[in-house]
Amino acid sequence: MLLHFLLIKWLPFRWKLSPTVTNEVYNMNIFDIIGPVMVGPSSSHTAGAAKIGNVCHKLMGEKIEKAEIYLHGSFAKTGKGHGTDKALVAGLVGLDVDDIRIPNSFEIAKEKGLDFNISATDLGDAHPNSAKIIMHGTSGAVVEVVAASLGGGRIEVCQLDGVEVNFSGECPTLIVHNVDQPGYITEVTSLLGQQGINIATMQLHRKNRGGEAVMVIECDDEVPAETRHELEKQEGILNVSYYSPR
Amino acid sequence: MFESIEEICKIEEESGAPFWRIVQEDDCRERAVSHEASFSTMKKMYQAMKESAFNYDSQIRSNSGLVGGEAGQLRKYLDEGQPLVGEFTGRVMELAFRVAEGNACMKRIVAAPTAGSCGVVPAVFIATQEKLGLSDDKMTEALFVAAGVGAVIAKRASLAGAEGGCQAEIGSASSMAAAGLVYLKGGNGRQSANAAALALKNLLGLACDPVAGLVEVPCVKRNVCGAMNAVTSAELTMAGIESRIPADEVFDAMSAIGKSMNPDIKETGNGGVAATPTGIKIRESI
Repeated sequence: MLLHFLLIKWLPFRWKLSPTVTNEVYNMNIFDIIGPVMVGPSSSHTAGAAKIGNVCHKLMGEKIEKAEIYLHGSFAKTGKGHGTDKALVAGLVGLDVDDIRIPNSFEIAKEKGLDFNISATDLGDAHPNSAKIIMHGTSGAVVEVVAASLGGGRIEVCQLDGVEVNFSGECPTLIVHNVDQPGYITEVTSLLGQQGINIATMQLHRKNRGGEAVMVIECDDEVPAETRHELEKQEGILNVSYYSPR
Repeated sequence: MFESIEEICKIEEESGAPFWRIVQEDDCRERAVSHEASFSTMKKMYQAMKESAFNYDSQIRSNSGLVGGEAGQLRKYLDEGQPLVGEFTGRVMELAFRVAEGNACMKRIVAAPTAGSCGVVPAVFIATQEKLGLSDDKMTEALFVAAGVGAVIAKRASLAGAEGGCQAEIGSASSMAAAGLVYLKGGNGRQSANAAALALKNLLGLACDPVAGLVEVPCVKRNVCGAMNAVTSAELTMAGIESRIPADEVFDAMSAIGKSMNPDIKETGNGGVAATPTGIKIRESI
């Protein structure tokens, strides 16, 4: 208890965990220092790449039949020696960053019927360790992701279906596409509030005024399917997608 | 996470709670997890480190063929040659090779703090555990000490070669390992901080200059050097030798040096040994 008292005394600012609208997507914790457990050789070019693939796999939410993978910057330049290609494909077939089968991911993709091709590209002033991945699902759905590997195995999804976004894949993330009109933010956040779901970060993006807007909400808790369905039913909400790190 | 080592040492002195426990408390609060959950996650990290060292295969080579077999070669020399170093020191070097080589060969490791520097902490820790007969719980506590140091370095400077050069990777790993080793030797937080300062000072300015941009040359052998430097720094500390510059200020110096470094020696593969005639020849042959 004494320790608790002192920590409270010394570190009052650490206790404030209120929802904020911020650009800082993800706070490091000590398991970013000791960790992650990963397949080598590079946390940015291998583990980060596997994580990007894995986040894409979860964002797709269905079996991926075909994936077009474009490598930018250092990913294109030194990716092969780091196994970036193998790691991205491993993630796309659902392997985690510490799965020892990563070096064999091309064979696993073949077994699972995932057709992929990998090429170099120039994504302009994107982060040097970036990849663009276009996925085609069995239902015919197409999802396009641009993501960057930030170092230490941490990543950032920078674009989703052509809209600029910014999330880390560390927290349950709700992505709401809505008509750019007043009131939708309150609608969404109050629904989450009613469910006792705490918001970690929140970002707003729009293509143009009055057009389509996107809310990216990283949460401390999982958002249950019923809540997501309820959101989808609201007028003016065009689409709700969800990513869970688990 | 903490802004300074000084902050942690002060809490230790005022509360009597050990350094590792203060770091753990902070983790419990930040991630909203129990002490047991935090401890067991860290223990798993230590066990994964041991697996990464013990699953070594001296026959495998990296994709480029530049790395592989060194730990086996060194072990043979230690057993059959006339090494100057004793068994403990030899074991530290061998373990650093085992883990760092495994990383280059796409095996599973624990990034601590990075994949490129993953051999340093396990080498120092496992050799010490073997020598002193310590429990995994004790080793886990020492990992919290290492993590606390690494977290402050991350806050004040950087852990990425692309931002701070190799001093930010091998330098930080060595600093973290030295602090943890002091804890295992019975030192307090101030002594861990002293060892962290000594270790990083020795590696300030180290360039990140990977040949062909790969985490192989000179990275793997620098893990050996970083591990030995950690042992030296911890031993100096236990002998009562003080760093004249406190740890937090050494971290700040590392940050300043990192900012003033030319991009050629910050993980671009354009400078240092990567830009030597042999380095270029290797790059072109891959």
